[in-house]
Amino acid sequence: MFTYSFLQHYWWFIISLLAGILTFLLFIQGGQTMLFSLAKSEDERRLLVNVLGRKWEYTFTTLVTFGGAFFASFPLFYSTSFGGAYWVWMAILFCFIIQAVSYEFQSKPGNTYGKTTYLVFLFINGLLGTILIGAAVATFFTGSDFLVNKGNITNQLAPVISQWGNEWHGLEALLNLRNWALGLAVFFLSRTSASLFFINRLNNENLEKRSRKAVLVNALPFLVFFLTFVIWTLLAEGFAVNPETGEVYMEKYKYFFNLIQMPVVLVLFLLGVVAVLWGIGGTILNEKFKKGIWFTGVGTILAVCSLLLLAGYNNTAYYPATPDLQSSLTIFNSSSSEFTLNAMTIVSVLIPFVLAYIFYAWRSMEKKRADIADINSDDHAY
Amino acid sequence: MELLDVSLVSWSRAQFSLTAMYHWIFVPLTLGLGVIQAIMETIYYRTGDEKWKQVTKFWMTLFGVNFAIGVATGIILEFQFGTNWSNYSWFVGDIFGAPLAIEGILAFFMEATFISIMFFGWNKVSKGFHLASTWLTIFGATLSAFWILVANAWMQHPVGMEFNPDTVRNEMVDFWAILSPFAWNKFFHTVWSSWIVGALFTLGVSAWFLIKKRDIDFAKKSIKVAATFGLVASLLTAITGDGSAYTVAQEQPMKLAAMEGLYQGQEGAELVAIGILNDEKKAYNDTVNPFLFKIGIPKALSFLAYRDLNAFVPGVKDIIDGGYQTKDGLTLSFDEKQVKGKAALNALANYKEAKKENDSAKASLHKDTLMANYEYFGYGYLNKAEDTIPDVPMVFYSFHIMVTLGMYFILLFGIFTFLSFKNEIVLEKSKLLLWAALLSIPLGYIASQLGWLVAEFGRQPWAIQDVLPLKASISAISTQSVQITFFMFLILFTALLIAEIRIMLKQIKNGPHHN
Repeated sequence: MFTYSFLQHYWWFIISLLAGILTFLLFIQGGQTMLFSLAKSEDERRLLVNVLGRKWEYTFTTLVTFGGAFFASFPLFYSTSFGGAYWVWMAILFCFIIQAVSYEFQSKPGNTYGKTTYLVFLFINGLLGTILIGAAVATFFTGSDFLVNKGNITNQLAPVISQWGNEWHGLEALLNLRNWALGLAVFFLSRTSASLFFINRLNNENLEKRSRKAVLVNALPFLVFFLTFVIWTLLAEGFAVNPETGEVYMEKYKYFFNLIQMPVVLVLFLLGVVAVLWGIGGTILNEKFKKGIWFTGVGTILAVCSLLLLAGYNNTAYYPATPDLQSSLTIFNSSSSEFTLNAMTIVSVLIPFVLAYIFYAWRSMEKKRADIADINSDDHAY
Repeated sequence: MELLDVSLVSWSRAQFSLTAMYHWIFVPLTLGLGVIQAIMETIYYRTGDEKWKQVTKFWMTLFGVNFAIGVATGIILEFQFGTNWSNYSWFVGDIFGAPLAIEGILAFFMEATFISIMFFGWNKVSKGFHLASTWLTIFGATLSAFWILVANAWMQHPVGMEFNPDTVRNEMVDFWAILSPFAWNKFFHTVWSSWIVGALFTLGVSAWFLIKKRDIDFAKKSIKVAATFGLVASLLTAITGDGSAYTVAQEQPMKLAAMEGLYQGQEGAELVAIGILNDEKKAYNDTVNPFLFKIGIPKALSFLAYRDLNAFVPGVKDIIDGGYQTKDGLTLSFDEKQVKGKAALNALANYKEAKKENDSAKASLHKDTLMANYEYFGYGYLNKAEDTIPDVPMVFYSFHIMVTLGMYFILLFGIFTFLSFKNEIVLEKSKLLLWAALLSIPLGYIASQLGWLVAEFGRQPWAIQDVLPLKASISAISTQSVQITFFMFLILFTALLIAEIRIMLKQIKNGPHHN
């Protein structure tokens, strides 16, 4: 039906899109880091916990789906990165494990460790989850320390195909400042988006006022770190692939060229950045403007999606191996078979249907903004 | 390249077992209670009786607490294939990854979306929409179980794939073949047995209210639903249990032999009803009787396994020695399989070499050898025949205790169903029965966990039956790293479990009126 190359590109697009949606939904995590600072009373905190608590599962589910889709479409990435950068992924997973119980448990009698413990769990999830995911994605541009040798499978004493180059198993990514730049950009973006979300969702003057202030306070460092990462990456050497031989080599300004050579991606990226800024700027400049989250949210999806397209399209290795460039993963050498990608593509036709019922469900649940009285009258409120 | 430590395999296994077993404490209750609360809400929807709404909401609160920790313990299972079984993930990711992705796209979002309406939508959406959301939540949860069980069944009975020596992995060639009878049986057996756990929980907690002589009407209403539902579930579980044993006999004869402690094959083999294994049995081919004591049902195992009272059921020794007749012809011995496995591994290495040298004639020759022997690829990694024998006592006892408990559940639900419809007064007054119901709650969990022990210990040493043993499936990380994460999981999950149980107990003590 489709060519193999088309399917590989299609699935890289789906992965990029999921990464974009995930980054947008990290506003939940951002909000979790503001529970102590933004709320000044128990009631206010309860309100924040509850509006976030109606949505947290979407972020969680998107993360799990992101993992599943990556496994199904690019299994060599899944095996190499998860098995190699063990400690980074484990840290991310632990952050999300503690999140999953915290909403439900924090206000229930008998929760054993007290409410504050669960709120701290949420804080940790927000802080580490965002920074680590950002840093992990940055390694798509900065490279990682691994080797892939499929011939190892016939070695009966050490049959493992992918081997990590050091004992830090991924934590060494934190020695790279560019990884930190993206990690911190994601962290501050998530807090900015959370502030915009609160402004949109809450019917509470005080919290809205403080959220508006928080937009400015978080948007500035976000912009600094984001621009640092983007400019640094566009000016840096990139991991290019020779389409004839499949050989990977370093190319100056590779990602900048990718942007120029793929005008659609360029337009998407610029649209995304403008929309993010529009949402932020509009909220800061206009006190009545409450729809910032929609602009910034859609902008985040577009910008992150196009960043990942830069990493994987146009003959680029998306998961570069620094000790041996030829071990680097490309969308061609790491993907599933044509048959599997085809089967998965048929399943992906259902994605718009899934999005439609999510949208419908949200609409029917959120006819008005939430306030404290609302939460107090709900017998399942957290 | 560093050599892999044997203890790394053991610790990786231990971590997987730990996290999977923890996760499985919560999943069956979700699957069972999810249906029960949906049935209760349906009754409320149809009768308009507010008491049924109260009943529904009480169980829903417990469902919510249990669900949260199920989600928390579940995320690691998806990612653990990559973190700790990276070689496996590459070798079969082409087939195994797809069900996981479909699970995420189709099932998890359904759960996530509708559970929110179920909990928070009572006053926000119509009664009909709310009911639909409750059903869709459990439908989503069951659908997610479906895909992961399909993936698990595929590991036990790999079908629909072909090995590609160029990519060094198995590739999917037939999606529908993956939905094999093995997979369907596993799905229904697992889900229906989970319904039992939910029913026992509901029945036991309701019995506690009757023992305490409080919330009588609520408790009786709950018992009616739980007992009937449990009876149906336990009968269905017995039927699919039979189906599971049949498919295991066809595809994993070694597992069946371990389940029955059968070392020496027999025609018209008996099924062990009760048995105590003999510790002195040290080798599969010694002459020591594997049983100290047993009572068997004549010819029942032959019938169960092959639908023929006189069929030959191979024992551990027969499977290792080979040479017995099956529908596919004479079986090979372990030694013969090992020779073929090693030939396949060597042929693959030679094929890669020939490819590097651009010698296509040689490459094609090696490929032919590889494909001719691929069926036994995994045996190439094994050293001795004993490596193919699972832990017989573990599998035997797990299987027999599970089956015994299954029978007991049918009886228990039968009595409660009868009494709840025919003689409520006896039901209310019979302390013995009520205590039996309450004390049976853990038995449901035990039976469910034992089922997994049979399935997973029974297929050792294989990650993928005959194709990839565990030791060739792991990630190249230090044993120490896995030990650290093992204990981190142990501590965190135990801490969360304690909190979960205490919250549940508080909620139950508060009773339905608190809502």
